[in-house]
Amino acid sequence: MAWLLAILQTLLFVGAAPLLAGWIKWIKCRLQNRKAPSLLQPYRELRKLYRKQPIMPYPASWIFRATPYIVFASTVLAAAFVPLVAVNLPTARIADVIVLVGFFALGRTFQVLAGMDIGTAFGGMGSSREMTISSLAEPAMLMAVFTLAMSAHTTNLSQAMNYVLDTGLVLRPSFVFAMGGLMLVAVAETGRIPVDNPATHLELTMIHEAMILEYSGRWLALIEWASQIKLMLYGVLIANIFFPWGIAQDFSLEALGFGAVVIGLKLSLLAMMLALSEALFAKMRIFRVQEYLSFAYLLSVLGMLSHIILEAARVHH
Amino acid sequence: MSITELTLYQQAILLLAGLIALTSFLMLGQSRLVRLVLVFALQGVLLAATTSMVAYVLEFPHLYISAGLTLLLKGILIPIMLYRLIYRMGLHREMDTLENPARVMMGGASLVVFSYYVSLPVVAHSPLVTLNAIAVSLAVVLLGMLLMITRRQAVAHVVGFMSIENGLFFAAVVSTYGMPMVVELGVAADVLVATVVFGVFFFQIRASIDSLNVDRLSKLSEVEK
Repeated sequence: MAWLLAILQTLLFVGAAPLLAGWIKWIKCRLQNRKAPSLLQPYRELRKLYRKQPIMPYPASWIFRATPYIVFASTVLAAAFVPLVAVNLPTARIADVIVLVGFFALGRTFQVLAGMDIGTAFGGMGSSREMTISSLAEPAMLMAVFTLAMSAHTTNLSQAMNYVLDTGLVLRPSFVFAMGGLMLVAVAETGRIPVDNPATHLELTMIHEAMILEYSGRWLALIEWASQIKLMLYGVLIANIFFPWGIAQDFSLEALGFGAVVIGLKLSLLAMMLALSEALFAKMRIFRVQEYLSFAYLLSVLGMLSHIILEAARVHH
Repeated sequence: MSITELTLYQQAILLLAGLIALTSFLMLGQSRLVRLVLVFALQGVLLAATTSMVAYVLEFPHLYISAGLTLLLKGILIPIMLYRLIYRMGLHREMDTLENPARVMMGGASLVVFSYYVSLPVVAHSPLVTLNAIAVSLAVVLLGMLLMITRRQAVAHVVGFMSIENGLFFAAVVSTYGMPMVVELGVAADVLVATVVFGVFFFQIRASIDSLNVDRLSKLSEVEK
């Protein structure tokens, strides 16, 4: 029963990711006074791409062919670990958040290799930029995660959420900082404005799009779908770690239904914030990204420090 | 005593303390003077909020006066004076970029660790709840000094100086529930006078070296000409 639920939750995760992407696009269009496409447009695009035949560039090796599957599989596996509607599922018990970061790294490594595999200038440029950004973003993300782990005494996501639920409403300075750091990292890692522009692949400043420029057909569909899942993963992480209230702690039907509704609301709220920030800010120069990510790292470090300084138990003499 | 055993108001004090430390870091990273003054005003407002929160939690009504004074002086009056000075000097478009912002930030983080280490024996001997924040107040003082060291603009130095004063005031609030009222009024008046005097000094410096960049002070004017 529990395993069935875990599989269903993963399927819901994978299935709902394009909807979230469509929702973000919808809000962004409305904010920019444009007519918005239907919320189901990402599904249509994925279906259209899936029907088309992928084309293999002449010098590409097996890495190019295997990458879409590896990227998609690692992202789906990562989605399986993250509690979406319910905690205490058996999949959440298998792996903790460090494994999650590892899965992201695996997918990214292959995407970068595939970008260089085809030997075009754009692919290599995108790969090098992706590696630069991720090498700066990963410490910030891990630091934020460790801040959480120090409060909850575990790196397991499900147990950490249970801890936050059990202690009730506590104003933790460390969580405020860690959330800020994690949000900045999420924006950088999912390739949104101001770090990367997801809407175009006709710019010299592109990062993610430059790596996947040679992909077509169903391979492209898999990669696009994986990046939509990744965006949703970060959203769920932020929503469920820092505001886990509403998530189902038992497997009754009402609790699960309530959990699904609540996470939907939380995600749509986060998506609104993302779309608003994308409408307000311009994309920054690539050399400013380093400053942006060092600020994210600083926030995470401050979270860790404020946990130690302000929150930790004191011993009286 | 860990944070889960405190009341919500006491947690709010600690949260505000964390945010005050964050504003110090934001000041360290700001390259535009106008924004620097804005963050300084934000720090003043947060300081006033913390003080009134302490006054509420511990029922010290005289701290409300200090909070009001802080809000008025450091949140509104001094920032406005600095802002007008910056505009009158035509410095509002000038950038004062750090050469290596990441290194300065990490230096600031290690200053926080240092002040935690230094204040550890003080904290261990007292049952006061708010005393955890004393390391933060020390860090605000040290970060203000770092701000003065890393900047070249004289206005930034003044903001750093004022934020040192913020740190001292914060230390007084969280460790001894504020200084005596006479002392506090005296300090407030001093800070206000200091702003005016600094304003006069700015014009003096600019008249003699034609800039507010203090790096120019170390050069001999005859050699330059």
